[in-house]
Amino acid sequence: MKRRLLLLLPLVGFLLLALFFYRGLALDPSHRDSALMARDFPAFDLATLEEPERRVDTSLLEGEVTLVNVWGEWCPACKQEMPQLLSLAEQGIRMVGINYRDTREKGLQFLDEFGNPFEVNIFDPEGDLGFELGVYGAPETFLVDRDGVIRYHHTGYISPADVRDTILPEVEKWQ
Amino acid sequence: MLIKMIPEVGHFALIIALLLAVVQAIVPLAGAATRRPLWMAYGRPMAMGQFLFVSIAYACLTASYMLDDFSVANVANNSNSLLPWYYKFSAVWGNHEGSVLLWSLMLAGWACAVAVFSRDLPRDMVARVLGILGMVCMGFLLFILVTSNPFERLLPNMPQDGADLNPLLQDFGLVVHPPMLYMGYVGFSVVFAFAIAALLGGRLDAAWTRWARPWTNLAWAFLTVGIALGSWWAYYELGWGGWWFWDPVENASLLPWLSGTALIHSLAVTEKRGSFKSWTVLLAITTFSLSLMGTFLVRSGVLTSVHAFANDPARGFFILVLLAITVALSLLLFALRAPRVSQNVGFSWLSRDALLLINNILLVIMTVTVLLGTIYPLILDSLGLGKISVGPPYFNSLFVPLTVLLCVFMGLGPSSRWKRMSVSALARKLWMSGVAALAIGILAPLVYGGSWNLWVSLGIVSALWIVLPMLRDMFDKTRNASSFLSGLRKLSLAYWGMVLGHLGVAVTIIGVTVVSNYNIERNVRMTPGETVEVAGYQFTMTELGSRRGPNFLADTSTLQVQRGEDGRSFTMRPEKRLYIATGMPMTQVALRPGLFRDLYVAMGEDLGDGSWAMRVQYKPFVRWLWLGALLMAAGGIMAIADKRYRRLAGRRETQPGQTQTPSREATA
Repeated sequence: MKRRLLLLLPLVGFLLLALFFYRGLALDPSHRDSALMARDFPAFDLATLEEPERRVDTSLLEGEVTLVNVWGEWCPACKQEMPQLLSLAEQGIRMVGINYRDTREKGLQFLDEFGNPFEVNIFDPEGDLGFELGVYGAPETFLVDRDGVIRYHHTGYISPADVRDTILPEVEKWQ
Repeated sequence: MLIKMIPEVGHFALIIALLLAVVQAIVPLAGAATRRPLWMAYGRPMAMGQFLFVSIAYACLTASYMLDDFSVANVANNSNSLLPWYYKFSAVWGNHEGSVLLWSLMLAGWACAVAVFSRDLPRDMVARVLGILGMVCMGFLLFILVTSNPFERLLPNMPQDGADLNPLLQDFGLVVHPPMLYMGYVGFSVVFAFAIAALLGGRLDAAWTRWARPWTNLAWAFLTVGIALGSWWAYYELGWGGWWFWDPVENASLLPWLSGTALIHSLAVTEKRGSFKSWTVLLAITTFSLSLMGTFLVRSGVLTSVHAFANDPARGFFILVLLAITVALSLLLFALRAPRVSQNVGFSWLSRDALLLINNILLVIMTVTVLLGTIYPLILDSLGLGKISVGPPYFNSLFVPLTVLLCVFMGLGPSSRWKRMSVSALARKLWMSGVAALAIGILAPLVYGGSWNLWVSLGIVSALWIVLPMLRDMFDKTRNASSFLSGLRKLSLAYWGMVLGHLGVAVTIIGVTVVSNYNIERNVRMTPGETVEVAGYQFTMTELGSRRGPNFLADTSTLQVQRGEDGRSFTMRPEKRLYIATGMPMTQVALRPGLFRDLYVAMGEDLGDGSWAMRVQYKPFVRWLWLGALLMAAGGIMAIADKRYRRLAGRRETQPGQTQTPSREATA
């Protein structure tokens, strides 16, 4: 009898997993932003990637509508969306990067190679700020209004179509 | 008129295929349960008919692509009149709907192959296997027809031209990678069906494993090649020279591969020794379940990934239900019908049985590690415990040590004996290989790289520890033959399959080790006339230009490359393309492949002043990664060709259903 119960273990394990999958379906990762929408950008006090001595905090994001992009050298999709980010910066949108779980050396190398659309990059090697933001994986992009409130959250790669259909209209809405 | 109706013909063919699948799923199983030969005989014709009609549907979709029928939504969204014909052909499976159709086509194909090649199997076994496969087919055909109809029309407002295929997918890699991968995924349905049929029939002897082994090897070989092709494609197509990213979609293909690898070893034990019976059945169910789960993860949108298809919660829900029904019912059946008493044939802790058990445990731990890393963010998220991302550091720090540990036992396995052997006998066979592996492995980084490196040594020692004892074993096995060569010829194909498979693992390990540690990468700003040196090669940019392709505009650059002062010089031409229809930029890498090194040049950004950011890489031994995978697959296929499968097939005809005595050729 005991052994029979033991044989049930795989079934129990699978049912648990399926339950998580079911919950996961409702939590579509690209719409996970409800918890952060209309909230203040989480407080932080971190060095910048470019200058280790310079520290920045939330005041960095006040006064102007800003796109905050979470990226890392280790993240393939970040490289793919760089052309789109560069074109957004060219259109005069203020961009701030969060270099997420990366080393300074690799982060700087990434910018050299793929271009740097960011006014400044916040260096977040331990992923503390990323955790506060609920970052699920890079790339992710947050739209912060002039009062430092999160207004839009894009998960994953930004395609040229996303720029046209969602990012630009959202930026305009909050400008 | 008829040409205009092609999509409808395809749609109807799919519906007919679904009806055949329903019959295939119900009648043979009912026949096997009530012992009615006529009902059981329904399996074969239904499987063949289903394959025929899914083929017709697939051909119709392909025809719509080839004929640029943009009134079909699927074609309009994923093709373009400017697309070269071969990409139109492969664009069929470059999207969700088409790829599920390809998946169903292959599923029906495997079922049809089982129907054709199962003449020697007991009637009720065939009926059950085909019935189970019919159920799986039915699920997928329903999925297509209900949620993902590829033949949907855009009428009356059809677009003038299509939106074009994602430029990343306009490549030879896409032509071959998905079909191989799907053949692997889907192929595991056969061993799954055999396992379930054995559970249903209550005949969990060694016989079902013998029938299932060739099918499993074949599926595993396809999956191996499929994963390798994916890695190769990412390497040259994405433009930054990485070959594995621990992306959820890559993990989804690695999971069934790992448990499938455990399965082919466990099948061997069950067939030869009659032990691990329940375990083998469980692995068969697990492997196919992981294939299905991969489909769910990729298509439901629960995980974010670059590869993921356009997400639709309704589809996700449908696949989850399909997954839940298939897996839960199988596991329930397993819990109820798996052998109650453990009939383990005794074996000592040092024996091939024990080593294979350890191999299985390690592979399962690896599977669980990758599975957890892949779905951990999802689990935390659904428990409301915050959101995290799991990156390559997690996978590397767990996967690498586990692989090394696995190699330790892989070295021992082929030289060991079934049931029991003494420590001293094994040590006598292996001590020389061990010493040689250690010595070469410790020295190799000094000689090759100039300084000692723990990881390189570890990798080389592991690889040699797999290969050297095997060579020694081959030498021992051929000692009694008149000559070494004639001895080699006497070794069974199954043995050769094992040798090639293990050799492939060693080759891949060497590739991974060397390229991870000695990769040289330089990111430089270059203008025409400028020279950069990387790893002894002089890269001189000679000109920048532009050209127009069939559906893209490209910035081109030409580099003259020379090794040292007087080496032969050659040209490399990387490009940066802009695809017109989608506006998507793409990096077209220039590659100079070689067995011992690849040179890799990609164009980065236009820096404006007539110079470009260029990425120049020297990648030693990177080809070994994929070469190893090809060897593994060749090993899997060679083992199928072993003559004992044919010989025993003949014998089985006279004694249906009888358990075969384990053959003496010791092959795992």
